[in-house]
Amino acid sequence: MVSFRDYFQEGPIPWTQSNLLGLQYLSGEEITLILDQAAEFKRLAAEGHSKLGLLKGTVVGNLFFEPSTRTRTSFGLAAKRLSADTVDFSPSGSSLSKGESFLDTARNIEAMGVSLMVVRHKTPGAQLFLSQRMNSPVLNAGDGTHEHPTQGLLDVMTMRERCGDLAGKTVALVGDIRHSRVARSNIWGLTKLGAKVIVCGPATLIPPQIEKLGVEVSHSLDEVIPRVDCINLLRIQFERQRGAFFPSIQEYAHLFGMNATRLKRARENVVILAPGPINRGVEITPHVADGKHSVILDQVSNGLAVRMAALYLLHRRQQELLSFPPEPQVSLI
Amino acid sequence: MASILIKNGRVIDPANNRDEVASLLIIDGRIQTNPGDDVHADVVIDATDKIVTPGLIDMRVSLREPGSEEDETIESGTAAALAGGFTTIACMPDTEPPMDNRAAAEFVILQADRARNCHVIPIGAVTKQCHGEELAEIGQLLEGGARAFSDAKQTIANSEVMRRALEYTGMMNRPIFHHAQVPELIADGLMHEGFYSTLLGLPPMPAAAETIMINRDITLAEITGGHLHLMGITTEFGVEQIRKARERGVRVTADVTPHHLYFKDEDLQTFHSKYKVNPPFRTAEDIQALIEGLQDGTIDVITSDHQPYAEEKITCELDQTPFGVVGLETLVPACINRLIETNLLSWLELIAKLTINPARILGIEAGTLSENTVADITILDPAMSQTIDPDNFLSKGRRTPFANKELKGGVDHVIVGGELRYSAASLTTG
Repeated sequence: MVSFRDYFQEGPIPWTQSNLLGLQYLSGEEITLILDQAAEFKRLAAEGHSKLGLLKGTVVGNLFFEPSTRTRTSFGLAAKRLSADTVDFSPSGSSLSKGESFLDTARNIEAMGVSLMVVRHKTPGAQLFLSQRMNSPVLNAGDGTHEHPTQGLLDVMTMRERCGDLAGKTVALVGDIRHSRVARSNIWGLTKLGAKVIVCGPATLIPPQIEKLGVEVSHSLDEVIPRVDCINLLRIQFERQRGAFFPSIQEYAHLFGMNATRLKRARENVVILAPGPINRGVEITPHVADGKHSVILDQVSNGLAVRMAALYLLHRRQQELLSFPPEPQVSLI
Repeated sequence: MASILIKNGRVIDPANNRDEVASLLIIDGRIQTNPGDDVHADVVIDATDKIVTPGLIDMRVSLREPGSEEDETIESGTAAALAGGFTTIACMPDTEPPMDNRAAAEFVILQADRARNCHVIPIGAVTKQCHGEELAEIGQLLEGGARAFSDAKQTIANSEVMRRALEYTGMMNRPIFHHAQVPELIADGLMHEGFYSTLLGLPPMPAAAETIMINRDITLAEITGGHLHLMGITTEFGVEQIRKARERGVRVTADVTPHHLYFKDEDLQTFHSKYKVNPPFRTAEDIQALIEGLQDGTIDVITSDHQPYAEEKITCELDQTPFGVVGLETLVPACINRLIETNLLSWLELIAKLTINPARILGIEAGTLSENTVADITILDPAMSQTIDPDNFLSKGRRTPFANKELKGGVDHVIVGGELRYSAASLTTG
């Protein structure tokens, strides 16, 4: 058994956020802190320490007011790897369908002893709204088209693993930027770490004045490909769109899909990311998705480590605020 | 009825281009403008350093009764109006059921009489159920007391219906108050389309949704000769279109809310629903254009667009809560701080937009301190300092972007039909 002291410093941590609501609200240093913490968890797991006792006695609520498979599973597994108990909530068949409000539902779950809330909701700002009215830390697992901070972090972590320091690197975000919370979190995460970001897609899927976020806008994937170190292919958010934003899936794939032909124009060591679920044959062909440049499954693995890091840091901050310092005798299991 | 003497106030009456320190006497509910020095009255109000104006008129208020009394009643809404300095309000037809027939208009007037706060002018629906398809019984609504017509926040999207409505109401010389927005362009929208909607990921409402519809409406007003009143305009291009139309002689008037002069789209970065209004808060350039529109008379009126909602309807996610904030009890201090303290408007100009201009649009005999007119009078204290506390509102609605703001200026006394109905300060009798 490995002593907790060997891996984690005692005393206050530089993390001072009570909630994780978005990468917009974090500094580059704070983003790096989470990434470093995640890398540490990943290393421990690789060494066989897959379960840690850091959140023992804590109950993590997975409140998913919107459907999710991988994020919910990833958070649930991350909590279990830290030895937390978990409570899952989904709106179907819940008191929400009887007219109970979002806030009252969350408060009731908190009153049952849940002390850390992982929340997904279709409305931008819903987690901020909740965080202002709850005692427990709130971790945003996606709020509508606003932010998805842990997805942004895992994307950045994956790029950092492949490219090293991201300062000066160029990353293309391709696809449905308008409806993508992942795009917004990626933009904040990458630009705060010094990377250049190009957003690329049809004009109908690029929201107005996005250049003010410090990104370049392009409507030509062919022009962008040779210039970038990483390409993050975002899913077309059919469920968030109203009306037609492009003439057909075939035309989208023709103009903006990543395929073998386009890949030939890319740099030799280009990194291809795609925050799932991917639409094979639309944003990305199977040849590319399963090819040597693809890091799609690395993203999934890193998601676990990032979520462990986020849960751990928020929990420790909560303990500090409550003046209950973490117990150094907690050991790795 | 007790006689009232208002002494030594700064009397501002834009209808008569009057701005001077003077006294007013009210006898039998009517105004005497030159009472002399040794007059006796049952009640004496010392208005030294105060501003005496015609009773303020808010021509765009939602009262929610019947149908949503948990949000507001005619009694609570008119009490809030009094506290806000208004002697007359015009209420929108967006009740449940909508005010689209004579009996509905008469119900509002009856309830207002029972409440005995301020006068209430019903605004009848333009179309049945405010659905924008068939004209409501406009003539009978008029007989029931309606003075203008509107489908409230429902845009009359069908151009043919709007054309017929302007023709029909034009026959009666009554205005249509229109919420000019292209519905398809704002579908699901929550805020102004621009950098901040991109930043926040909130569904946008482009300024073009307003300006396209203003353009259509002006065209229809031009060919029909009807009176178009554009409610709550917010865009730079919209102001410019109205200015040009008026130069051509089109019968178009417009109003703006104080909150649209104060707040910008960027305020929604807090995701707080007190900044969720329809039309949305826009940009600094739009605000500047609105102020220029007020200054040159393109915008005739300032209205509260009072939209009260019960607490449970505003404590929820941003997309679940309805648009709108209350405004009756903050309009006066908001206007004083935004327009008078900054010297953007003179007192005479501001008071005109709150009295004689809305009275003319509504076609009512009010908004003036002329000799022998009904004594609807508001006394303002421009030096009053207050922190806006929604818990003190008389309205049932509590959501306001002005909450906790320090604002200068307030309402001192309100006299309706010769009766002193609201007083913030103590009275002296003589």
